Amino acid sequence: MELPVILLKLLEGLLVSFQIFALTLIFSLPLGLIVALGRMSKNFFIRNIIKIYISIMRGTPLMLQLMVVYFGPYYIFGWTLSRDYRFIAVIIGFVLNYAAYFAEIYRGGIESMPIGQYEAAKVLGYTKTQTFMRIILPQVIKRILPSVTNEIITLIKDTSLAFVISVSEMFTAAKAIASSQASVIPYLAAGLFYYIFNYIVAFTMECVEKKFSYYR
Amino acid sequence: MPLLKISNLQKNFDGLEVIKDISLEVEQGQVVAIIGPSGSGKSTLLRCATLLEKVDSGDILYMGEPVVYTDKQGKTCYAPHKDLKRIQSYFGLVFQNFNLFPHYSVIKNIIDAPIHVQKKSKEEALAIGRDLLARMGLADKENAYPCQLSGGQQQRVSIARALALNPKILFFDEPTSALDPELTGEILRVIKDLAAEHMTMVIVTHEMSFARDVADHIIFMDGGVIVEEGTPNQVINNPQSDRTKAFLSRFYEI
Ligand SMILES: Nc1ncnc2c1ncn2[C@@H]1O[C@H](COP(=O)(O)OP(=O)(O)OP(=O)(O)O)[C@@H](O)[C@H]1O
Ligand SMILES: [Mg+2]
Repeated sequence: MELPVILLKLLEGLLVSFQIFALTLIFSLPLGLIVALGRMSKNFFIRNIIKIYISIMRGTPLMLQLMVVYFGPYYIFGWTLSRDYRFIAVIIGFVLNYAAYFAEIYRGGIESMPIGQYEAAKVLGYTKTQTFMRIILPQVIKRILPSVTNEIITLIKDTSLAFVISVSEMFTAAKAIASSQASVIPYLAAGLFYYIFNYIVAFTMECVEKKFSYYR
Repeated sequence: MPLLKISNLQKNFDGLEVIKDISLEVEQGQVVAIIGPSGSGKSTLLRCATLLEKVDSGDILYMGEPVVYTDKQGKTCYAPHKDLKRIQSYFGLVFQNFNLFPHYSVIKNIIDAPIHVQKKSKEEALAIGRDLLARMGLADKENAYPCQLSGGQQQRVSIARALALNPKILFFDEPTSALDPELTGEILRVIKDLAAEHMTMVIVTHEMSFARDVADHIIFMDGGVIVEEGTPNQVINNPQSDRTKAFLSRFYEI
């Protein structure tokens, strides 16, 4: 196989990796906020259910979680799902896992906010929702950006875990080509692509952080 | 009718009685200074009056409208939410450590609540905000962020932020305590100007000479009760109670 062909196959895989990456972020960032609010809820049951969910997501390998989401419907309910379900299962697995991590980051950020901000808003007559959306959340976002960046970068590398349920993202593609060609070149090329992907994301996040640096 | 009337207020924190039976009235246009040793419950009193803290018992009325009242069975009740929302707009509070919103510019700190709480138009809010900033001597700081200002400037912004909602009464909890000594003067001057405009104010302060100059009425608190009150001349120059005398003498030694 010619190098351009290899690269093309890898790029096809990269597109899938990118889809996993983007869809995971689009769903898990907002879901994480909702989970964080549930985790801080005054309701005993909500709070503890969320606590257990977070603990399972953080306490077991993502690879295993992906397998449970993919094979679970068949083994538990006897459902046979179409081949397309593979990709959906990957997204569900990643979103559930990352939402748990993001939730803990949000929670840390929200809990680090000084009580004076809430009190000032209350005396000024803001409603609870206004206080959260206008005063607290924007400041929390700035505070948690470095941790979120870390998590996003981990996510890029984690997309390769989709290979366990044979979703043909870049790593799966690299593995397939490497074994058929008996060559390490596909791995090296894939590594380079991951690195470039990471570099672009890290650069973007740096710009976002700069945008928030207009105040301390 | 007094603007603010507090009767038989009590508040404890986990059994620690911080406010024990306090009653006071503030008339329209009056400036009341509250002095007293640390831990005497001054902040707690302001926090109860501004709804930041829930009272155990007692009554609080603004312009005759109850915030907290005692019902026929003797139970302490808070007014319904919609009444509290309205009454909330009668008062403002200036914090010791400003509590400005760091992510908003100076002008946004001032106009955000008028726009989003009082539903004023942006133009109207801006006009009010700019006018207040000019009065605070900060017209050129409109677009600065709080972190770019000195403590004294931040406190002036926070006073402007409170005034922008046009409260009938303004509470101050040690407005100069977080400031370097050379910056306290500018805040005290702003408060004096407000007093000259007959703004009704309740000020907790450790600045005795300021309290004497600006207040019509001084309350000396100790151990959760009002030990002595009266005109500045009565309380500061001719204290009757031994506790007041001890507090003031300790004060002047420092
Ligand atoms: N949220 C709280 N929980 C428990 N105890 C509290 C709380 N707030 C205040 N206290 C206690 O209540 C007492 C009165 O506190 P408060 O802050 O009202 O005093 P203060 O007169 O304002 O003192 P200072 O001059 O130091 O500001 C103190 O003993 C304080 O420890
Ligand atoms: Mg205090």
